[in-house]
Amino acid sequence: MLQYDFMVNAFAATFIVAVVAGSIGYFMVLRGQTFAGHAMSHVGFAGATGAVLIGLSPLTGLTFFTLLAGLGIGLMGERAQSRDIAIGIVLSLSLGLGLLFLHFYTSFAGQATALLFGNVLGVARDTLWIMLVMGALALVILAVIARPLTFASLQPELAEAKGISPKILGTIFMMLVALAVAESVQVVGVLLVFSLMVAPPATAMLLARRISTGIALAVLFALAQAWIGLVLAYYTNWPTTFWITLLGAVAYLAANGVVHLTQNMR
Amino acid sequence: MIALEFDGVCLRYGSNVTLADGSFRVGQGKFIGLLGPNGAGKTTLFRAVLGLLRPSSGSIRVFGQPTRRGNAHIGYVPQFGKQLNQLSLSGRDLLIGSVTGSRYGWPFSTAAQREDIDRVLEVTGAGDLARRPMGTLSGGERQRILIAQALLGSPKMLLLDEPLVSLDPNRQESVVSLVRDIQQDLDMTVLFCSHELTPLLGKIDGVLFLGQRKVALGPVEEVITPKVLSDLYGAPMDVVRSAGRVFVVAGGPSPAA
Ligand SMILES: Nc1ncnc2c1ncn2[C@@H]1O[C@H](COP(=O)(O)OP(=O)(O)OP(=O)(O)O)[C@@H](O)[C@H]1O
Ligand SMILES: [Mg+2]
Repeated sequence: MLQYDFMVNAFAATFIVAVVAGSIGYFMVLRGQTFAGHAMSHVGFAGATGAVLIGLSPLTGLTFFTLLAGLGIGLMGERAQSRDIAIGIVLSLSLGLGLLFLHFYTSFAGQATALLFGNVLGVARDTLWIMLVMGALALVILAVIARPLTFASLQPELAEAKGISPKILGTIFMMLVALAVAESVQVVGVLLVFSLMVAPPATAMLLARRISTGIALAVLFALAQAWIGLVLAYYTNWPTTFWITLLGAVAYLAANGVVHLTQNMR
Repeated sequence: MIALEFDGVCLRYGSNVTLADGSFRVGQGKFIGLLGPNGAGKTTLFRAVLGLLRPSSGSIRVFGQPTRRGNAHIGYVPQFGKQLNQLSLSGRDLLIGSVTGSRYGWPFSTAAQREDIDRVLEVTGAGDLARRPMGTLSGGERQRILIAQALLGSPKMLLLDEPLVSLDPNRQESVVSLVRDIQQDLDMTVLFCSHELTPLLGKIDGVLFLGQRKVALGPVEEVITPKVLSDLYGAPMDVVRSAGRVFVVAGGPSPAA
């Protein structure tokens, strides 16, 4: 299996994505901002297709647009009541725009599926480097803001009184989500970023009491999902993304079962 | 010494004024009940004291200094923290997180910070509770942890925003007594926001009543009167005392009284 370059690249790419998506996804779930992440990937779709149309790489357009969306959502602030509706409208508009761009670029059908559902086996070596740099950057920033971010997520009013600005912090964090989304799309596509950014953290949260353990577990689950998914895809020839989503769902259900059992035994 | 001073303070959100030209002074070491109907601006007043909302006119001084955000002299328990209801994190970890999370950079707690956490948990008698996940605690137990959290860093003033909500009368009583004891032991100034006056009776040194953009501060007997309250509610109000309890009710004083 590892005699093929594309498999090696795929294992490396999923490793980077799992670490980034697992840890940033953990905070996203903790803050209840999963919808924002979901929407961002759709905005990224318009960016990616648009970029190809003007001759840029899809990853460039994708990242640029997710970052822009992250900035927008962050600046809207947590309290804006109509926020989810605004996000939802931008989300559908973006998919629509993406469709239009595809319409103008007819030989793009294969790329479209790759963008929507991911194509980790097609990740090139140079893309891998970009992903590594983006991922490392996101993780370094996350490490610096992790503590205040946790505090502001759990007790926003108190954090604000202590001099932390939830809005600035929230905006920085949304940009990190944007980077994580752009990376995840490389593996599981625009439509399924939840499978790496939400399922593993949510599973981890069921099992771990402490935040540090939770993040570690989230990364571990994301990585296990991705790597086992790759191996299964290699032997079955079915899409990797399918296996990743299936494993994510199975892990979440199993964790729920474990929690129920241990609670009943007490 | 004056702990908190409002001088001609106006508080507003856009055109929505919650306090117009409010002036009062709270002395150091006083336990004050902050009362007022829903939406009167109690939380807003706390936010102003914390420096999170700038008065559109007038000045607020805390221990003689102008208010500022992140003032270490003020401990704060915000109104309901829904996020904590299902939290699997233990109370102790929550406290550690809030100590290390109050600034950027070095993410680990120091020995001094952990000692401070032990101290506040002991003061509030929450040492055992703090080992359990927050989500498994009852409302009153959770409140105890949050009060402990507000004592971190030894503030001289405590602002408590409706800590009695959804507690039964016995629990209310024990939370008020806890705060009163701490306040006396540590010689703190406390502003205790509550919807009801009854649980605070006999414990507080005065009431700060908010209503109709106005504010009145004084002893219970002077503020909780039909005349003052009718003014603050902008409608006829009556005060009914029964078996050691005080009720503020709508409608003018009954002729029989
Ligand atoms: N962020 C905000 N933006 C605009 N208006 C606000 C904001 N927060 C509060 N208000 C308004 O200010 C007024 C006072 O609100 P506040 O929350 O201070 O009342 P409260 O006395 O604490 O009420 P409660 O007893 O329900 O907690 C209300 O009319 C409210 O609608
Ligand atoms: Mg309030």
